[in-house]
Amino acid sequence: MRVALMVTCINDALFPDVGKACVTLLRRLGVEVDFPDAQTCCGQPMVNTGYLDEAIAPLRSFVKAFEGYDAIVTPSGSCAGSARHQHGMVARRSGDPELVAAVERTAPRTYELSEFLVDVLGVTDVGACFPHRVTYHPTCHSLRMLGVGDRPTTLLRAVRGLDLVELPRAEECCGFGGTFAVKNSDTSVAMVSDKARHVRETGAEVLVAGDSSCLMNIGGALSRQQAGIRVMHLAEVLAQTATGGGQS
Amino acid sequence: MTSTFVGMPKFPVAAREALANTQLRSNLAHATATIRDKRARVVAEVDNWEELRLSGAAIKDAALASLDQHLVRLEARLTAAGAEVRWARDADEACTIVAEVAQRHGIDEVVKVKSMVTQEIGLNEALQEQGISAWETDLAELIVQLGDDLPSHILVPAIHRNRAEILEIFQRRMQGLASPEELTDDPAVLAGAAREHLRQKFLTARMAVSGANFAVAETGTLVVVESEGNGRMCLTLPEVLVSVVGIEKVVPTWEDLDVFLRLLPRSSTGERMNPYTSTWTGVTPGDGPQEVVVVLLDNGRTRALADQVGRQALRCIRCSACLNSCPVYERVGGHAYGSVYPGPIGAILNPLLKGVGVDEQVDSLPYASSLCGACFEVCPVRIDIPSVLVDLRAQVVDAHRAKRWGGVPSMQTVAMKGAAATFRSGRRLRLAERFARLGTGIAARVGARAWTGSRDLPRAPRESFRAWWRRTDGGTR
Repeated sequence: MRVALMVTCINDALFPDVGKACVTLLRRLGVEVDFPDAQTCCGQPMVNTGYLDEAIAPLRSFVKAFEGYDAIVTPSGSCAGSARHQHGMVARRSGDPELVAAVERTAPRTYELSEFLVDVLGVTDVGACFPHRVTYHPTCHSLRMLGVGDRPTTLLRAVRGLDLVELPRAEECCGFGGTFAVKNSDTSVAMVSDKARHVRETGAEVLVAGDSSCLMNIGGALSRQQAGIRVMHLAEVLAQTATGGGQS
Repeated sequence: MTSTFVGMPKFPVAAREALANTQLRSNLAHATATIRDKRARVVAEVDNWEELRLSGAAIKDAALASLDQHLVRLEARLTAAGAEVRWARDADEACTIVAEVAQRHGIDEVVKVKSMVTQEIGLNEALQEQGISAWETDLAELIVQLGDDLPSHILVPAIHRNRAEILEIFQRRMQGLASPEELTDDPAVLAGAAREHLRQKFLTARMAVSGANFAVAETGTLVVVESEGNGRMCLTLPEVLVSVVGIEKVVPTWEDLDVFLRLLPRSSTGERMNPYTSTWTGVTPGDGPQEVVVVLLDNGRTRALADQVGRQALRCIRCSACLNSCPVYERVGGHAYGSVYPGPIGAILNPLLKGVGVDEQVDSLPYASSLCGACFEVCPVRIDIPSVLVDLRAQVVDAHRAKRWGGVPSMQTVAMKGAAATFRSGRRLRLAERFARLGTGIAARVGARAWTGSRDLPRAPRESFRAWWRRTDGGTR
């Protein structure tokens, strides 16, 4: 099986450790993973702001990078959702039948990390060790657009030493929403303030989620409040072993 | 007593003001959480809820696909049953028809059943201009009317008010109270006062105005679903009854109606069944209103119907489950949406009814969402609100693209075009990422106040993932 890592633009530029954790984790599970260099961004920031024409160039680089792979794995529910549910619309907008056909091949092969681990590899215990008190925020797109369900928490419960505590009002949006966070920043801040309060109430040391964008939002608020709670991507936690760090 | 949404600022501006109102925040958080929990409990009791939702969506889609035929049938049945059917293209035509009916009977006071569509067309204000007083008889609508206020929720229009505020409004504005000084903020006492006030209106009004939740085409029957019994009073006591009905309210058969009568109360008030469901078919000689007029209203509905993605919004049965589940609505309330249709459904319905690219307030509504999808999850007729929002955003951008041709592009357009150029290839992105540390550094210091006002920005790493992969050959060197 040829597997490609779709690292996402935000992880590439701002959170490279999340990408490295994916590589470490997948290799540990016996998956040789490629990083096709042509990849850039799935185009979701443009699509969700209404700039469909501007999403066509990123989509072309997406299919150029990922066509031919059996599985495209991404540490993001939101970007997986974009590839599966929005690329078709952008391709049709381009009027290019070849792009439409290419998307029909890449869209169903795109998996969010927890989906790939549980559904494709059939693994729920990835052999990780992380002896910390953790709470988990199910990001909106992984929860509602993809329907990943309890896959991430099943993976977390199997991690040695990890104490998973429930997050109050877990399924409520953190207020990120892409350009929403800037275009409607007051409302976004009101939402993330409540989310950060719920995270603090759990007494967890670490907040885990499957999307770096949401973690950047909640983590940004927790950091400003000097809350003493760090945020980690699901991949980073699952990459940790008893012998220490997850990085390659 | 006129308040309208005309001239409301764009959503982000209106939201900022609402967010600063701590009383509003606490009233809304409490009220939406209560209804949300009630709804979740009663929906969980129904084994085939998902099938019911699919049926609801399918029935509405089929009805909308041949709306012309169903409307003609509805008109024929209503006429045969003794009703007068009038067609109104827009709000002005509809208001004029209602006023004319009142005037031909020399009526200067009407009672009203709670209705979204008469709010949409600004009927009370239009009647007032003709010297006709319109009295709201739903308790919450009465609170809004007496307070010279605007509704902020579809089901609970006074959701932004608490009982202390309601006491003050009643003492100041309610007519015909025996002893206003004895009123307290006890909900039972307040409801008693409203009953005293309304009873007078029911017994003296000669004309009522209603909307309709559904219009059954096969028999020409209108349906009103309500909780307080005020609707039943209005629909049975006066001599003249005028109902303003949006053309999307038509359902072909009674069998179809059954699905919605099961979906609506659980989604709306969180009850298994609503207390009052009134149905009437034209005129029944010797019983109830002897003159029945039905105004079938377009007011942008055919525009919405022509929108391939957006037409699903016409399935809406005005339950307001999407409002109660929306994290944005819960924090800013209804007024910030600048329309009688607030919340997620308002964010799509207003642009669909009014069109985009004309009014910047309307154009700001599709962006009033984080696209979290909580609305779609609870919608009883499965309106995919997030997808419609995204499609409307593209329509807004396209409308401005056309207008700005040759003009100065907005900051947002510059940013999006810049991003698109960067994301054209992996090589371009790698070059851009060399400046990421510089970029976030500048953003943290000078720009991006919208983010950094309350949130720290992450420190950009020394090396992007892409650069690390190249340098170490995927971590193997």
